[in-house]
Amino acid sequence: MYAETQIISTSENNPQLSEGQLVINVGPQHPATHGVLHLVITLEGETIVKIEPHLGYIHRSIEKMSESLSYRQFIYVTSRMDYLSAHINNLGCALCVEKGMQIEVPARAQAIRIIMSELTRIASHELWIGAMAMDLGAMTPFFYTFRERETINDIMEQTCGARLTMNYMVPGGVMYDLHPEFVTRVRAFITQFKDKVTELEDLVTNNIIFRNRTEGIGILSKEDAISFGCTGPVARASGVDGDIRKRFPYTGYEQLDFEQCLHQAGDSFARYIVRIREMYQSIRIIEQLIDQIPEGDFQAKTKAVIKLPKGEFYTRVETARGELGVYIISEGGTTPYRIKYRSPGFSNLSALDHMARGSKIGDLMATMGTLDLVIPDIDR
Amino acid sequence: MNKSEILPPNFHEQMTKEEMTSWILGIEPAATTDDTGEWLVVQVPVAQWKNLATQLRKGPPALDFLYCITAVDWKTHLSMVYHLRSSRTDETLVVKVQLDREKPQIETVCDIWRTAEFHEREAFEMFGIIFLNHPDLRKLILPDDFNGYPMRKDFEDPVNMIKL
Amino acid sequence: MFSFQQWAAQIHSFLLEKTGTYTLLIECIIIGLLAISLFAILGLVLMLMERKVAAHIQIRMGPNRVGPAGMLQTVADTLKLLMKEGLVPRLADKFLFNLAPFLVMMVAMMLLAPIAFARGVQIWDINIGVLYITAVSSVSVIGVMMAGWSSNNKFAMLGAMRSGAQIVSYELSAGFSILCIVVLSGSLQISDIIASQESGWWLFRGHIPALIAFVIYIIAVTAETNRAPFDLAEAESELTAGFHTEYSGMRFALFFLAEYINIFIVCALGATLFLGGWMPLHIAHWDGFNHLMDWIPSSVWFMGKTFFLIFLIMWFRWTFPRLRVDQLLNLEWKYLLPIGLLNLLLVTWIAIKGWHF
Repeated sequence: MYAETQIISTSENNPQLSEGQLVINVGPQHPATHGVLHLVITLEGETIVKIEPHLGYIHRSIEKMSESLSYRQFIYVTSRMDYLSAHINNLGCALCVEKGMQIEVPARAQAIRIIMSELTRIASHELWIGAMAMDLGAMTPFFYTFRERETINDIMEQTCGARLTMNYMVPGGVMYDLHPEFVTRVRAFITQFKDKVTELEDLVTNNIIFRNRTEGIGILSKEDAISFGCTGPVARASGVDGDIRKRFPYTGYEQLDFEQCLHQAGDSFARYIVRIREMYQSIRIIEQLIDQIPEGDFQAKTKAVIKLPKGEFYTRVETARGELGVYIISEGGTTPYRIKYRSPGFSNLSALDHMARGSKIGDLMATMGTLDLVIPDIDR
Repeated sequence: MNKSEILPPNFHEQMTKEEMTSWILGIEPAATTDDTGEWLVVQVPVAQWKNLATQLRKGPPALDFLYCITAVDWKTHLSMVYHLRSSRTDETLVVKVQLDREKPQIETVCDIWRTAEFHEREAFEMFGIIFLNHPDLRKLILPDDFNGYPMRKDFEDPVNMIKL
Repeated sequence: MFSFQQWAAQIHSFLLEKTGTYTLLIECIIIGLLAISLFAILGLVLMLMERKVAAHIQIRMGPNRVGPAGMLQTVADTLKLLMKEGLVPRLADKFLFNLAPFLVMMVAMMLLAPIAFARGVQIWDINIGVLYITAVSSVSVIGVMMAGWSSNNKFAMLGAMRSGAQIVSYELSAGFSILCIVVLSGSLQISDIIASQESGWWLFRGHIPALIAFVIYIIAVTAETNRAPFDLAEAESELTAGFHTEYSGMRFALFFLAEYINIFIVCALGATLFLGGWMPLHIAHWDGFNHLMDWIPSSVWFMGKTFFLIFLIMWFRWTFPRLRVDQLLNLEWKYLLPIGLLNLLLVTWIAIKGWHF
């Protein structure tokens, strides 16, 4: 578990640093699935003075690329943006196109979309717990959580055809109907999942070493969370109630009964607890829907070539990381004029410097781990 | 919305679009508003942007959540689009600022909303828009020695860009 | 039943006949070779055990391709390490850089001397056995610091300092726990301590204070050998790769091996002091039971106890997250040391009053 470390400059050879300060590199290659994040940290002894993220190692110019892709094609590039919430990203794009075209999505497609989104959210949080525990030194939860993720991936593979970048959402509905075994498998998954999360909680949450390493670390106050534009579990752990599924419901969430998980402390442990509770809420949502998926079409009839009318359309969805905004400016052609993706990780990362300043190096892993950054989401 | 929260002295119940329009025109007579779309869209000239931004944050609307900063290249000019939201009342406002293509400059809003630090850096490197008084304006995503502004419509890269 | 004493006596008389004055020298050479081969075999076994234990805790299989059930995996790993290029950094202090792994290995080998592997199998039954062990194990700190310093790497130095501080602190707690048993048994000599457990192991006979001492001992030796959850200064740390960053090839293999041998030795010591060494499980006055227990050979008892403790320490590694370095030192100086001191008082009082079993 090495991180690439290299002392770039010290106060001897860099006049901008004061006495006793040195600048080190962390990354860009990281263990434990953060992606390629390169942090340049100015240290004074053991205390962090400044953190500068250097991004762009996985910049694929998705926004520029989408300007030459048709409205049916550009959706699937977003699976590669935040690959852990692939369904939800695709859903955001599909919703934006539907908003522009004023397409009415059938009820069956909406239910399927919600179930897929929630399964993706659970899978993403599972991976995050494994990776974060591994960052802190507990290697075993990684394997346990990946076992759950495998079950979800297998379910996805049967219906959508892929395990990670499931290109399943289309403007108007979903691409294929559910596999006949889908409902049975999801029901089996739900039954054994609750025990597994309890097991994970015993292993990690109630562990005193883990608590000592995350409580009181990396505090983000509510005003700062709003000012930095943080969304998702990061903001909810600081007390900001901005769950898109509750505030601006989309694709049928308004009819479901679930809670927003808030916490007031704003430290790493709060962010951890919020995500655990979110997993329980996701299971609750799936339970409400899985027995009552309406019959009907899984896709609304749309034209083969989609042309959005001239104008601007903004849709937001709640990915596992926060608010993903899809902003399409259309000039009436078959390709978008300008697409802007408001990615949640970008704003969450800008708060890292503020959170970690003044803390020790050993706490940086706990802070960064609980931010749940996926760098392709930030770099686009 | 938490009704039990102690409300600040300048808290305002959600303003309707008309109220917002009249309030904005009161502050900035040079602005134009357009409420045909989903949200109220305000166009301000560049010189008045900072003043309006400060008022939107500190004044009655209390739009404290800047959730999207976009730069658009309209071939004859550039424009910046700011999407603002209030974290308490969820009312949304879209502000557009038109910029000169030859010399695009605009005041930064980092001191009002700290999320703008990263977003403005990205707009700078992709479109070439200079943000005055930004604390640290340099390339964020692109390599340091990159030439040109990739997201502009007239950006040519014979090696990497393929005309489909 | 075999008797090692008989064998040793036979070999001794045989050598006396054949060589006369060189007997001692030849015996030393034989013992040296046996110790080195024990080292090698233990290293192989422990490395494989670690990987298998880790795998089963993580619900997977572990190495199972190389050899039957993966038993030749460590041989393959050793071959790999032998063939790797051993880099020495340009500005490193070459003498110290090369000396450090050997120092750590020497300490580990010297500690094998007083340990009793079975009834009558002990290389050197010195009358201050326990003191010898604690004293010699302190020398390994020098090896660690040497490795960090000579690497010419700021982070290796930092890691070595942290590691050194950790080892030195936890030696105190381990020492106090060991003292508890010494008080109960009344002697520093290993064979005396084992003989005093003939009517029952000290862990059971010494009830509360022995139990506290045992728990503190296990925590302290986990920290002393730089094992998780106290392995911040080792390869698994977040930023620095520890004092053996710059080591590769055979030198790294020596560090690696020395770590596992250290674990074996501290577990063997714990088994000797608290669980009776090679003494079978006896319960006072239950002669039939005791006689039955005596049928199991003493070496099996010793190895069983030691490997049980090794398994416990390996279990810790894969269950707990890591402690931060200040939390680590906090634990020692604010919690374990005071408890250890009070425990020592308690056990002395109990020994004087005779309130143990």
